[in-house]
Amino acid sequence: MTFLGSRRVTQVIIGGLLIGLSSVLLMALQGRIAGISSIVYRASFVRGSENWTLWFVLGLMVGPAILIATGLAAVPALESSWLQILIGGLLVGIGTKLGSGCTSGHGVCGIGRGSLRSILATVTFMASGAVAVLAMRWVGLL
Amino acid sequence: MSALLVTVLGAMFGAGLVLSGMTDPAYIRGFLDVTGDWRPELAFVMAAALALSLPFFQLIQPKMAKPIFSAQFSLPLATQVDARLLGGAVIFGVGWTVSGYCPGPGVASVAYLEPKAFGFVAAMLVGFKIADWFAPAK
Repeated sequence: MTFLGSRRVTQVIIGGLLIGLSSVLLMALQGRIAGISSIVYRASFVRGSENWTLWFVLGLMVGPAILIATGLAAVPALESSWLQILIGGLLVGIGTKLGSGCTSGHGVCGIGRGSLRSILATVTFMASGAVAVLAMRWVGLL
Repeated sequence: MSALLVTVLGAMFGAGLVLSGMTDPAYIRGFLDVTGDWRPELAFVMAAALALSLPFFQLIQPKMAKPIFSAQFSLPLATQVDARLLGGAVIFGVGWTVSGYCPGPGVASVAYLEPKAFGFVAAMLVGFKIADWFAPAK
């Protein structure tokens, strides 16, 4: 186990608070769940009343761009191969559509609402992610 | 709600993903590597987000008649735990580890102008459509 130190943990907590605050405000102001898989789906494939999702998706990129431009954050290294990115992306799309949500919709909003579905979904995708890490190491990909 | 305000909320969320380390695939795999060199910090991301969302959804939102800028709350109605939910979650978890991204961080990483982030988002959109085509929601 490696613990990266208190400065890193402070950043992690500030990041988590920003995610939580955005989720709370989106519900309090707009009445919508901040579930990113659903928001990206609607931004891509649903028009009309769901046009607000386009602005949220734009913001998802504007926030990081500001942090990078101002030097408050660095671009992390990406070691995933193209094959991993494309297969993984496909599975993320299929899985979050079937499972009605991802880390944000289930993990932050759903658990916040006390939804049994979200609690079980979150435990399940974390467990399958952990098993996949083991499998990747076993075949030499990690 | 104005486009500007929604963009600001999205930016807040995106900045949170970057600061917390969620857009760093090595960090994600380190968190999910519970039997190896486990890096537990990402648990604090969810804990910090829940520290706000739990009290809001449990105590404040139920007392609000409606959202401030819209006519009604739009909340998920499904309560059934079924194979679709859990099977989807299993597939998502594997995709998360294999790519290193979940949906938000994948989109946020487009801001890094990382070609593979564009590739991830494109593949995810195809995945959405595959689920729609082959297993449409009833």
